[in-house]
This record gives sequence, C-alpha cells and structure tokens, in this order.
Amino acid sequence: MSRENSLVTATWVEENLDNPKVVLIEVDEDTTAYDKGHIKGAIKLDWTTDLQDQVRRDFVNKAQFEALLSERGVANDDTVVLYGGNNNWFAAYAYWYFKLYGHQDVKLLDGGRKKWELDSRELVNDLPERAATTYTAQEQDTSIRAFRDETVAAIGVQNLVDVRSPDEYAGRLLAPAHLPQEQAQRAGHVPTSINVPWSKAANDDGTFKSDEELREIYGEAGLDDSKDTIALCRIGERSSHTWFVLKEILGHQNVKNYDGSWTEYGSLVGVPIALGDEPGEA
Amino acid sequence: MCGATEGGLSLDGVNTKIEAIVQGQVTKSGEPVSTGYVRLLDRTGEFTAEVPVSATGHFRFFAGDGEWTLRTLVPGADPVDRKVEAATGSIAEVDIAV
Repeated sequence: MSRENSLVTATWVEENLDNPKVVLIEVDEDTTAYDKGHIKGAIKLDWTTDLQDQVRRDFVNKAQFEALLSERGVANDDTVVLYGGNNNWFAAYAYWYFKLYGHQDVKLLDGGRKKWELDSRELVNDLPERAATTYTAQEQDTSIRAFRDETVAAIGVQNLVDVRSPDEYAGRLLAPAHLPQEQAQRAGHVPTSINVPWSKAANDDGTFKSDEELREIYGEAGLDDSKDTIALCRIGERSSHTWFVLKEILGHQNVKNYDGSWTEYGSLVGVPIALGDEPGEA
Repeated sequence: MCGATEGGLSLDGVNTKIEAIVQGQVTKSGEPVSTGYVRLLDRTGEFTAEVPVSATGHFRFFAGDGEWTLRTLVPGADPVDRKVEAATGSIAEVDIAV
C-alpha cells in the first residue's frame, strides 16, 4: 500500500460528492457529531452500536457486518471513504475494520472532519438515501489483528508500539485525558514496548505527516522494520491510526493492531507490566 | 454541580474527587466559539488529548496533577497557548480568548 492508494484529499472528496460509487462514511468517537452536520452525502456508522457486538467484547461477526453494509447501501465495488473527528482515530479504526472484513477499495480522508472544519468547508444536515445492497464480506483477515496471547509472546521479540500519550504509557494516567480516569485495570505498559504517541504522525490539522517525516519518527523511536509489529493503545482505535501509518502509508509488512489493547492487557492476571518512561526488560 | 462552569458541560456521573479537571470556554471577539478544538499538551509539550469545543465553546479534560498547556485550534484565528496547573479533586477553570 501507499499514501496514494489509501488517502484522499478534501479537494478530491469535494470533486466526488456526486459520484454514486463513492460512499462517504463518518465515524466519530463522539457519535453525535454527524447529527450536528456532516459532509454532503455521507452516511454514519456508530462504532459503539454498529461495529461492536452488544453482548460480548468483540466485533460484529461477518453476517452482521454484511447485514449492516447491505442495509446502509454500501456495495462491494464501492469506493469507501472514511472520515471522522479526533484526527481520524475512529475513521482509521473503521478503515482497519473494513480491511479486516476484506473490503477492497477503502480510503481515509486526510485530516478528517477537523481539517474539513478548519478549512470552513460545507457541512449539511440532510440525510442521504442509499438503496439497499447485497454486501458480501470475507472471513476476518487475522494477519492484521493481534490477540492477547500473541501480544504476550511478542514481548522482547517483535516490535510493540504503544501509541498512547506518554503519561498513559508511564502509568501516570489510565485513559486519554479527555475521558474520566476511573478504570479497573492496572496502569503501565507491556514490557519492551516503545512509546510513539499516535499524535506524532499527525500535523496539527489532522493530516498525516510526510513519508520522510514518518520514517524518521519511527526510526528514531527504535522501530526495527525487519521485525513484525503489533500496535496497541487503550481500546484499539488510536493504534488503528498508527497501524494505518505503518502498513498503509509506509508499506511495512506484518503489522497487526491489538484491539484488546490496554483495557484487556492491563486486566490480565499474571502478565508482566512495566511502569515509568522506559520500555523495561523482557 | 459545585465548581462547574455555569452553563458549561455537565459533570453528572463523574467522581470529581478523583479527577484533576481542566475546563473552560473559548471565545472570539467576546462570543463563544462553536467550531474549534482544544489540545492538552503535557509538561514536555507532547500532545496528550484533544477535544472539539461544544456549541457554547466549552471544553474539559481529565488530567493528572501538574502543569499542562492548553492550545486552541480555531478556524480563522492563530493558536493560543495557556498554561494551567491541575490537581486531583479540583477543577481548574481556564477561559481563552482567541
């Protein structure tokens, strides 16, 4: 993959607003953002209700994903363009999710909702109508999804990239600072994981930094590109942003996103945890 | 809620005794800003969190004890940085004019 295949600009989106084979989808951490105005023609996916099983902690299954996209009017051969707030955190998560279920042509709007707003581009309240489709998903591509046991096994072996803020990594905070801190799990990070906050990959307007800048950031942080990589954060959305950078923009092979992330790892009995600003020992 | 900004964001359901809250309102030419973002930077200047302002220009963070910097991103205005000291069990109010 490359930047050209996985990102589109706001100008490109404006030029394709009336293209019926381009489906704009807004996915926000704040699930009400869409309702306050969205890009013309965009549909909404709610990450809490549409993309998560409502009983178990897991994603919706293949049949549920097929039913969801069919009902929303997304076809297998559509170009799906995702965007959202918070520098595309949840849009990147949805991008990874679409890849997990094998959608071929999916892209992120560079800068997401924030750049669109900062550019004072048009947002509308009209709800689009899309005819239902018969969407067929693939089995989950677990080459891009890491689970807890392989994360534990990766300690001291693979690149573990913890993309939370430095204070969360060190154990001084348990959640990103726009959320209340009361949590059940222990604080800290997976031993030997390096801390490269997701935000280092983004410009202030939410767009991704240049390939050259990105290579320098991860190289200086000690990412060994001859090794496989697992990205993690708290619940797997910020690490989707970094997974996108490493896999889709920089073209690294064998990069997985650990969606269980710290809310799972920090609750496991008996696994090692490192505290403080250093990666710690295996 | 005692200590919350009048007309600001609700703190219902939040245990304020264990939180180091930083909150406030962003204004431009005396009027609340309805489109914009506020970032929270840690003591080294590293990005920690970002929120969109509410329709009334309000924002809130749950930080840790210590010094933080707030940075605004508002269409048509230069970013403004404001330092703030946060402490568990208290609410630091910061109003920012851009």
